Amino acid sequence: MRTVKSPFKFKGGVHPDYNKELARDKAIERMPVPAELVVSMSQHLGAPAKCLVKAGDFVKRGQLIGEKNGFISVCVRAPADGKVVAVEKRLGPAGGKADAVIFDTTAKPEGEPAEPNNQTIKQSNNQTISPILPPLDWKAASREELLKRVEEAGICGMGGAGFPTNVKLNPPPGKRCEYLILNGAECEPYLTADFRLMLERADRIRVGVEIMRKILGGPAVRIAIEENKPEAIAAMEKAFADIEGNVEIVVLPVLYPQGSEKHQIFATVGRVVPEPPALPIDVGFVVENLGTGAAIGDAVEKGDPLLERVTTVSGDAVAEPKNVLAPSGTKYSDLIAFCGGEKVPPAKLISGGTMMGFAVSTPEIATTKTTSGLLLLSSKRVFQYSSQACINCGRCVRACPMNLNAAEIAKAVESDDVKAAEDLHVMTCIECGACSFSCPAYRPITQFCRRAKNSIRARMAAEKAKAAAAAAK
Amino acid sequence: MTGERKAANVLLVLQVLHVLQISHHMKPKDTAEHFILSSSPHAHAKTSVSRIMLDVIIALLPTTAAGIWFFGMPAVWTIATCVSTCVVTEALCRLAMKRENTIGDLSAVLTGLLLALNLPAGIPLWMAVVGSAFAIGVAKQAFGGLGMNPFNPALAARAFMLISFTGPMTTWLKPLWWKTPEAVTTATPLATMKTWFVEKTVEATASATPHSASAFPGLWDMAIGSIPGCIGEVSAIALAIGAIYLLWRKVITWHIPVAFIATVFVYSLIAGGAPAYMQVLAGGVMIGACFMATDYVTSPTTAKGKLIFGFGCGLLCMLIRQFGSYPEGCSFAILIMNAVAPLINRWTQPKPFGAK
Repeated sequence: MRTVKSPFKFKGGVHPDYNKELARDKAIERMPVPAELVVSMSQHLGAPAKCLVKAGDFVKRGQLIGEKNGFISVCVRAPADGKVVAVEKRLGPAGGKADAVIFDTTAKPEGEPAEPNNQTIKQSNNQTISPILPPLDWKAASREELLKRVEEAGICGMGGAGFPTNVKLNPPPGKRCEYLILNGAECEPYLTADFRLMLERADRIRVGVEIMRKILGGPAVRIAIEENKPEAIAAMEKAFADIEGNVEIVVLPVLYPQGSEKHQIFATVGRVVPEPPALPIDVGFVVENLGTGAAIGDAVEKGDPLLERVTTVSGDAVAEPKNVLAPSGTKYSDLIAFCGGEKVPPAKLISGGTMMGFAVSTPEIATTKTTSGLLLLSSKRVFQYSSQACINCGRCVRACPMNLNAAEIAKAVESDDVKAAEDLHVMTCIECGACSFSCPAYRPITQFCRRAKNSIRARMAAEKAKAAAAAAK
Repeated sequence: MTGERKAANVLLVLQVLHVLQISHHMKPKDTAEHFILSSSPHAHAKTSVSRIMLDVIIALLPTTAAGIWFFGMPAVWTIATCVSTCVVTEALCRLAMKRENTIGDLSAVLTGLLLALNLPAGIPLWMAVVGSAFAIGVAKQAFGGLGMNPFNPALAARAFMLISFTGPMTTWLKPLWWKTPEAVTTATPLATMKTWFVEKTVEATASATPHSASAFPGLWDMAIGSIPGCIGEVSAIALAIGAIYLLWRKVITWHIPVAFIATVFVYSLIAGGAPAYMQVLAGGVMIGACFMATDYVTSPTTAKGKLIFGFGCGLLCMLIRQFGSYPEGCSFAILIMNAVAPLINRWTQPKPFGAK
């Protein structure tokens, strides 16, 4: 194991205000199980899970409540004991509605003595509750057993996109994983959840890395961390000191979007992933968030499925910024209450970081397996603008880490010329926000790109359906 | 009776509201809960169009000051006239077009200042008014305003004025004429230098003895700007200070100025005539390369495109200086390249990360 400086610098990128000092020194704090949980069946990329419970059912912590529904899908387990109050469509952080199971965690089945909500005490003392899944010895277990465990633990990428981890760890035939990259860049402003995980749970991350390495057939491992987190680098160096094989901690320069998997692959090994539909595995890479690594470690060694995660609650409008370990399905309002409530009235509520997070309309939305942050920004920190005409300054083109002509794409979309945007490679856009961030005319360039991508995707889907219908005839 | 019922109804409504709130575990709604929704990113680099324009104006201050020092009060009046006419024209155009007022973005101020710096001091002020109104009304707002104009408005206006008012536009005040108020007008070095392309023999004598009987300005005079010319184009040192400021503020990149100036330099080395440094220092090359050709709206976006653009400007400028009917070709060169900029953009699309 050695630590190296990143030898490759990608083109573009920006330097947003990091504001990480708000929560970086706050140790991970476990939150009591809230009275109500809203557990979405769509916490991951791909098809929503199929709901297995109905109103009135009593469920136990860890019980399967959503069955994986197709190849790109992830199962959902109950994050706590409770009574199903309703199964209904609820608004998710990204704006769409999906089936969600609403739990009353204070209700008890008839016959059981009503007692105060003591799940927190049970959880914080792992000895008293029996493991949900049988613990596995990863050294003895087979690759298939480990993959199955990742699948039944309901693990998806915890960095944001939520790609099913068992699918990622099982490359299609003919594709071999040469490098496993553990993404600890955490380049989003405000967020410190991964930083705290590295400081406090480096040993769990290591177990996860060893398991993933075993599943993937022994690839080289690169752990990517931005250089502004020296404590995390030191903690990881300590935890990984005696690991065998080709493992390196790669110290990356501070540059947004360093956490983008394509840019991490370039920054660590210097390889370039071709344009979509190519995936990192096509050039021999699997990139996993380090929170996912820790979750895999827990799922295998302790038998704990992915039921909770660390979410950074921060921003200038929250009383006490914290890194909160909360069950998936915790409503934002409960998270905010746990962090001392609002310091000043927030003008904007963001699920995720300031660069790629979603502004949400209500604190009644609940966390998922991918909620890395919840930001409360006062009107002082909220940037409101009216966009002006493009002055062709080229800042967006210089900022774009994908080297797209963002200004031209935006102009094309503005005049509803999606075809022109497609010819300008808009589908390669990773929606990192560097273009809008750097635009002096306040043009919502990222939003224009999203609009083009959505309409292109819709058109592709329609064409595919048409072709399928024609083939069926 | 009705009063009591009313009170009871209000009470009932309040109770229902109360129950509803409890059952949804919600706090009473207040205005603070209407959150601002927008697409990401939710952060901004805090750059703005007006800040960029202000930076360019700041960068032009040294050369403005130099121009005022060398050419006196006529320079002050020209600058004041151009800037105020541009701002007023901008406001009137926006009003006429029923669009929002855009004088706050400072682009009209900048256009006025740039136009004034590209005029000879002592030009009749009414001509400056006509030129400024043309710059904003025709070259900029007729196309839709900032960002839409195909040509640099200040240069378009200068070309318009050069054709319309050829005499006054080529009548130059002697630098520091106000110290010796006799013989106030003179020819620019460029007029002399043009003849050297044919009479190549003069070159040796002129460069060897810059202060010879021909009274041709020396290198130092050209660097500080003690030569006849437009208000803002004479002082190479002041322009260089401004350009360094713009580079430091990351308002411009080095590509266009370096490509432009290097092309002029190399061309004159090859073509002969006046020494290469003179071609760079005399006339509009410095202000053109650093402040006019770098105008965002009318120049290419990518680094490669900027290099081609700068090369084209330098080449056309020298071709006009050598073969054209005017002694100076800088503004025409930039205007022609403005027209080519969209084409250059098309040639130099950036290659996406990962594209074949």
